[in-house]
Amino acid sequence: MAVLQFREALKHAIDEEMARDERVFVMGEEVAEYNGAYKVTEGLLDKYGYRRVIDTPISELGFAGLGVGAAMNGLKPIVEFMTFNFAVLAADQIINHATKVKYMTGGQADCPIVFRGPNASAGQLGATHSVAYDSMYAQFPGLKVIYVSEPNDAKGLMKSAIRDENPVLFMESEQMYGLKGEVSDEEDFIIPIGKGKIKREGSDVTLVAHGKMYHLAVQAANELAKDGIECEIIDPRTVKPLDLELILQSVKKTNRCIVIDEAHPFAGFAAEIGFLIQREAFDYLDAPVLRVCLPDVNAPFSKPLFDAWLPSPKQIIDAVKQVSY
Amino acid sequence: MAKKATSDIRFAPTGIESPENGGVQKGVDLPAATKKKHKSLGLTAQQLKDMYHQMYLQRRFEERAMQQYQKGKFGGFLHLYIGQEAISTGTVFAFNNDDDIITAYRDHGWGLCRGISPNEGMAELFGKATGCSGGKGGSMHFANVKEHFWGGYGIVGGHIPIASGLAFANKYNANGRISACFFGDGAVDQGALHETMNLAQLWKLPTIFVVENNGYSMGTAAKRHTVAEIVDRAKGYGMKSAVINGMDVFSVYEKMKEIADDVREHSEPWFVEIRTYRYRGHSMSDPQKYRTKEELEEYQNIDPIERLKTYLVAEKVCKEAEISSIEEGIEDEVLAAVTFADESPFPDQSELYTDMFVEDNPYFHV
Repeated sequence: MAVLQFREALKHAIDEEMARDERVFVMGEEVAEYNGAYKVTEGLLDKYGYRRVIDTPISELGFAGLGVGAAMNGLKPIVEFMTFNFAVLAADQIINHATKVKYMTGGQADCPIVFRGPNASAGQLGATHSVAYDSMYAQFPGLKVIYVSEPNDAKGLMKSAIRDENPVLFMESEQMYGLKGEVSDEEDFIIPIGKGKIKREGSDVTLVAHGKMYHLAVQAANELAKDGIECEIIDPRTVKPLDLELILQSVKKTNRCIVIDEAHPFAGFAAEIGFLIQREAFDYLDAPVLRVCLPDVNAPFSKPLFDAWLPSPKQIIDAVKQVSY
Repeated sequence: MAKKATSDIRFAPTGIESPENGGVQKGVDLPAATKKKHKSLGLTAQQLKDMYHQMYLQRRFEERAMQQYQKGKFGGFLHLYIGQEAISTGTVFAFNNDDDIITAYRDHGWGLCRGISPNEGMAELFGKATGCSGGKGGSMHFANVKEHFWGGYGIVGGHIPIASGLAFANKYNANGRISACFFGDGAVDQGALHETMNLAQLWKLPTIFVVENNGYSMGTAAKRHTVAEIVDRAKGYGMKSAVINGMDVFSVYEKMKEIADDVREHSEPWFVEIRTYRYRGHSMSDPQKYRTKEELEEYQNIDPIERLKTYLVAEKVCKEAEISSIEEGIEDEVLAAVTFADESPFPDQSELYTDMFVEDNPYFHV
């Protein structure tokens, strides 16, 4: 095991896959000569040259679509968005083209592409830089959506995403790039897409949390342990396909579940998990499934308002106490 | 700014029954056609006959498709290419067979030109399993990827960056292929075009942007939906450009061949406006109040298929009897395609869940 920053884990994954497969290339704003807005691609230009590490203009729609065409024509693009908040400009290419070209041509064209970048909020960045898009994209058929929480998952799943022959969205967080964690130094370390992980065992309540929210769940669980409440934390790692079985096994043991999600509440990831649990494990539930997520309002700038907006460990603790009767 | 009555305020230029003059805004003006004869263009008599065959096939295929649509044999949208056949034909004859072509939803002619048989095409319109896209694409999504026709796309402008992506991969692999993206005059107003033109010129991509300017963005005349001359968009990007008469297959062939050679040699993009005219409405549900009968007739009088036919006879490439026999053969082929489509099975219900993912794990959620 080596201790790596989240950004280093991602870079190692990309580096290994670029070395392994010449079809893999990276493009995005500031990825090459600037070495990455968040340094995820640092050093890749020196190693692989201008043909395979390419700076783009600020044209999300243009370069995302260019990536789709390159993928259809035999390459494996990794398209970096400086944040998924900017990728909304490219949503037509992701939603209408990358996910649909195979189906509407009756299977004639594939689109093996990774769209990656930070997702959701990163402090006081105002309303347009703070949205979590994993739930929204998971709504569309034809996409795999990954939003990881730790460096080890980042490496293993990024390698899987690049090898996948389908469009994959890989989401990160500005606030996690410096996060350190142990990363497997196993040769060719791969985590399959669609497999969640029990990251803390407990018998009293199941917390389902992914991405940045996973770390809030850990804080809440540590606090609750002081009161004798043992939380089991499931990190699904992949939003879609979802490792429902892992969640259900845990809920059948704890009989209680809180879903922590960085998206807005309506029709989001938490809503979907709540629905699936009631359908598949109705008889095991001792309390309603609750969720801790953003309120249905935009991100404010002002610090006290922002803190009230973002989910907090306290909200998770309150929710756990609400179902622990 | 002087104060005006709010009722005098105009935004979009008027065109249909203009309050100023009651006139209708004209869609498009044609540049002169080439004066060269086929031999100086390097075309053989056989190639000319093949061109005629292809153009007449596209025309009759769509006329029969229209009848079948009107009979209720299939649903969805049906956007006809009739009047524009010289563009697909001239281009495909000018290109190498492995050059990559992609277009918008007015795609039947392109598909037929790039190896989709009338049977597979008609069956696709009918939504049958034997269609070129297995019945999953329909009229707007003809495709024949193995012959480098990447398909018809339904979001105006959405396929433009994809075409440059095809070119990017060709340059990346140094395989000598070029790509060409065809879209209507309506798409020149989309941001996707401008982002992609900038990228293509900046990255020296071997690609051709081709506006098939048929005069109308649905029901809005070109002069009512876009400023200045369309071809002049190229200037802003320092891109090479040309205007071509799209009612003459020789003009399209000549210029597209020159351009393709240039793109292949220099790996630099071109922006090309091919002026043409669509005889039918935007789709089947278009009452066409935005143009005059006289304007339509003006273009029908210079029909590209009639023009080639006249040339074939005048230049003694073939006799009228031979042309009639080509036409009769196509007539039979297209009627047989209608029967084939009609008698073909619909896709099996299980096909609903295939072609979503490469590994064919059909869907993640029930």
